[in-house]
Amino acid sequence: MRLDGREYIGRIPGVGVLQTLWNVFLHAFKPRFTVQYPEEKVPLPPRWRGRIVLTRDQAGEERCVACYLCSAACPVDCIALQATEDESGRRYPAWFRINFSRCIFCGFCEEACPTYAIQLTPDMEMSEYDRQNMVYEKEDLLISGPGKYPDYDYWKVAGREIGGKPKGAAEREQPPADLHDLRP
Amino acid sequence: MGAPTSSVIALLIVFGVLGSALTAAAVLIWAERRLLALFQDRYGPNRVGPFGLLQVVADMIKIFTKEDWIPPFADRVVFVLAPAVIVGSVLASFAVLPIVPGVVVADLNVGVLFFLAMSSLAVYGVVLAGWASNNKYSLLGGLRAASQMISYEVFLGLSLMGVVAIAGSFSLVDIVEAQRGTWFVVPQFLGFVLFVVAASAESRRAPFDLPEAESELIAGFHVEYSGMKFGMFYVAEYMSLWLLSAFVTVLFFGGWLGPVLPPAAWFLLKTIFFVVFFVLVRASLPRPRFDQLMGFAWKVMLPLALANLVVTGAIVLARG
Repeated sequence: MRLDGREYIGRIPGVGVLQTLWNVFLHAFKPRFTVQYPEEKVPLPPRWRGRIVLTRDQAGEERCVACYLCSAACPVDCIALQATEDESGRRYPAWFRINFSRCIFCGFCEEACPTYAIQLTPDMEMSEYDRQNMVYEKEDLLISGPGKYPDYDYWKVAGREIGGKPKGAAEREQPPADLHDLRP
Repeated sequence: MGAPTSSVIALLIVFGVLGSALTAAAVLIWAERRLLALFQDRYGPNRVGPFGLLQVVADMIKIFTKEDWIPPFADRVVFVLAPAVIVGSVLASFAVLPIVPGVVVADLNVGVLFFLAMSSLAVYGVVLAGWASNNKYSLLGGLRAASQMISYEVFLGLSLMGVVAIAGSFSLVDIVEAQRGTWFVVPQFLGFVLFVVAASAESRRAPFDLPEAESELIAGFHVEYSGMKFGMFYVAEYMSLWLLSAFVTVLFFGGWLGPVLPPAAWFLLKTIFFVVFFVLVRASLPRPRFDQLMGFAWKVMLPLALANLVVTGAIVLARG
């Protein structure tokens, strides 16, 4: 095995120690990796699973249809809600409660939601001194914007008839067949 | 007329050296953490005060208010005395250290021997701590520490004999004066390396900190200690770091000698340089296994120390 100059020098006893010492010494002149929280913040990607919010669609109406899918999907049962209906037939939650002291921020509720109502945002600064303050109600969760999915409106693609939209008026939906007509 | 003034001066020197040793230990708590962080691409404590300086105060408050529990199965008297033995032996070594010309607590004509004797006494503290804790792991740690310290003490003394042979005296003041021509690190480079290794092992400083390593051997001989007694072990380690660096500068790097600056400034600069060096060694090197450690001492360092002594003695004799 032919060795070149540097490999000979490195095998002399004690030189390895000096190389290590020099290497670590050079680290004193490199920038430090520490992010000085709270003055600086670690950049979080937009899909980071942080605080849960309830979003609205472009028309400003809340997206949540109180289908209970998020509550059923939650592995620690921290979501509780009650469905109700308004005059136009649109379902919405009468109250919506998430217990953040139980929430594990897994994102299953966001995956289960059919309307993109419930979403997880890259915000984790939610510390409280009292456990009661960690239970968020609907007024704490509902935000005024569409969140991460600005273009999706469930009611435009759903087949259900609510006020102002009869059967057959959704996107990519056929008009209902006339049962009493003999033509195909 | 002269006698009371000189004894007042002597008292002032004593309290000054004592105070500076304890202050150095306190400052080193902060300095070592910041320096280790500097070498590890991070910041050390920088929240508590300006640059984290009040971290020392916070640590002291913490350690004073911790529950100081003596195990009921332990040997009470020895358990309490063991940290005091270590701290006492380290503090006593400061007595022979010359800082600037004229400022030395005791200019013994056997200063080097006194320093070696005090470092041997430190072994007692470790063994007593391991024994008095009445805990098998503590005893194992204490025994390992004792065997490590005794093995490295052998060539601690031998490495200094070359310096003594060239200087012609055991007195530390004479050794510093003898370096007016060249610092002893030049003719005695091997002795310098041996002394650095041996003194690191004596004060159980990384990479020879296996006896107190938290990950190995469950913190070794001081596992049953809490509160200020535990704090004493750490204060003793920082004081012996300062002592070590000061002795290296006095014995090999000319002590207070230097061209432009005042002697006190040179002494401080050189000592601080070696403190940084020892912290760099802690940040870089891994711990050897215990058998590797002992093998290294007996099979590598001791023959080198003997060879160094033989060659130095031959040259000194040949010069006349």
